Amino acid sequence: MNVLTPKTRAEIERQRDRYPQARSAVLPSLWAVQHQLGYLSPEGMTEVAELLRLTPSEVEAVASFYSMYFDRPGGRHHVLVCINVSCALRGAEEIVSHLENRLGCPSGGTTEDGAFTWEQTVECLGACGGAPAMQVDHHFQENLTPERVDAILDEVRAASASETHGPSLWHRLAARLGKAGR
Amino acid sequence: MAEHRLLTKDFGTDGLQTLDVYERCGGYEGLRKALRTLTPDEVVSEVKTSGIRGRGGAGFPTGMKWSFLPKDVHPRYLCVNADESEPGCFKDRALIDENPHQLIEGTLIAAYAIHAPIAFIYIRGEYHDQRLLLERCVEEARAAGYIGRGILGSDFSCDIIVHGGAGAYICGEETALIDSLEGLRGQPRLKPPFPAVKGLYGQPTVVNNVETLSNLPHIVLRGGAWFASVGTEKSTGTRLFCCSGHINRPGTYEMALGTPIRELLEEECRGVWRGRSLKAFQPGGGSMQVLLPEHLDLPLDMDVVAKAGSALGAGAMVFMDETTCMVDVSMRLVDFYQHESCGKCAPCREGTYFESDLMHRLEAGVLTPAELSTLTDICDNMNGKCFCPLGDTATWFVMSAYQAFRGEFEEHCGAGGCPVKQRNAELVTA
Repeated sequence: MNVLTPKTRAEIERQRDRYPQARSAVLPSLWAVQHQLGYLSPEGMTEVAELLRLTPSEVEAVASFYSMYFDRPGGRHHVLVCINVSCALRGAEEIVSHLENRLGCPSGGTTEDGAFTWEQTVECLGACGGAPAMQVDHHFQENLTPERVDAILDEVRAASASETHGPSLWHRLAARLGKAGR
Repeated sequence: MAEHRLLTKDFGTDGLQTLDVYERCGGYEGLRKALRTLTPDEVVSEVKTSGIRGRGGAGFPTGMKWSFLPKDVHPRYLCVNADESEPGCFKDRALIDENPHQLIEGTLIAAYAIHAPIAFIYIRGEYHDQRLLLERCVEEARAAGYIGRGILGSDFSCDIIVHGGAGAYICGEETALIDSLEGLRGQPRLKPPFPAVKGLYGQPTVVNNVETLSNLPHIVLRGGAWFASVGTEKSTGTRLFCCSGHINRPGTYEMALGTPIRELLEEECRGVWRGRSLKAFQPGGGSMQVLLPEHLDLPLDMDVVAKAGSALGAGAMVFMDETTCMVDVSMRLVDFYQHESCGKCAPCREGTYFESDLMHRLEAGVLTPAELSTLTDICDNMNGKCFCPLGDTATWFVMSAYQAFRGEFEEHCGAGGCPVKQRNAELVTA
């Protein structure tokens, strides 16, 4: 019984055929799985292994190395806050404690309503010119203040539950919020 | 003003991310010139004449890197390193956000020069929107005949594959990037053999940085000799400096190499914020040693900054004002390296753990002076003894800060908290 939809399987096959060697498609395939399931389940990784003709352990070993793959289900939206030097110098701590209060859970936690999983990261996001910064569902949000964070969370929460990750939601939000930074 | 706009000259032009507008700004003329009037060897020779050095951090001469490819071994591959993850660095993101076709054109010129039938753009996972943008631009360029079979009627064929990472700083190291691209854990490989000899899929491979490649259309169009006339003798051309921290106008500024750092700070960044004075700065990103206000008159020159005990690295300038706690900054950087250590070699895997543990207790004010004195020992057992530069550079900032601000480090011992933050709090309430 497949857990991956025909669309996800087709995407993995398309990725596999792009490269001189099928194994190069592991990362893009795992992205496709996470995009469908919200995280990497053992069953999903086994299917990737079958499609790429690898063993499940080979795929799992790769998945566990990279910090952006989730090994468990999380909230509908993911918030990642940078606390490396450039952001810290311009108030990342204030943003972190504001998020913690506002969302009612510590870094790595998920809100009670399942809307958000948030975490702080020491991995520089490459948004130092717009520090302090965070990413919401992989999209940059820069020059943060507690008020701006509130506005972003409200907008994201207000969006319908069916519209989670993906560009369509983002472009609608960006138009309303005004894109920060450069 | 020593701002010198070459790569950024068209930034801000409406629609520059589309092929039409890029072509109207003179885009793809460099590729056209290369394919119609230069042999691949002549392109290599122009790039050597230009003197351009890699913009990813190490500063190795690009033309020389290409010349290490063994003759008559094919296929060869080009990898574009867009895994920009150095703390403080965001120039490659700007180059992709603002002018993606410039990178694609440079990539094609490099692929032509080294006879690569496929170029891979390895872009960090966090640059999700940038990856989608590049993918769209690659399709646009393919439809226009710049990518694919017989490009512009020549016998040169090349495909470009955009490959997204998934969160790992180490993948910016070229052999780790190659492992990751092969679908493995991104851990560095033993060198030699260098990628030029045995790289992706065991074939000769060149890995070049986004900014390096974005320069190529200009080098081909205006000539290597012209490029070499910009900047200094050994640091030719311009560079994008990512400026962040306690300054009035953070951002990416393109400067002719050789310009004094003070000019970058005072004119482009509009000085230190809130009327405060500068305490320290990092000239090359999280990996590089701390410099002091007395170093502001140094020129933006790779060799001069190296002589002062630091490096221009990936061009990330992080400025810190007088209220900054150097222990706190060191702790955050050490945490970063601990998080990003790939675990392959013991000195880095264990060393960054010890460093991080020690720095956290120091910042909390619960470390003893005897424990603090082990910091030098820990770092000595890492620097130069790790498998790849990640472990070495995990010691550079903290050791330089410990030397330059020893009193501040010692003051934290047994203080029960951060004395610098305490003083700042008094400053604010006074």
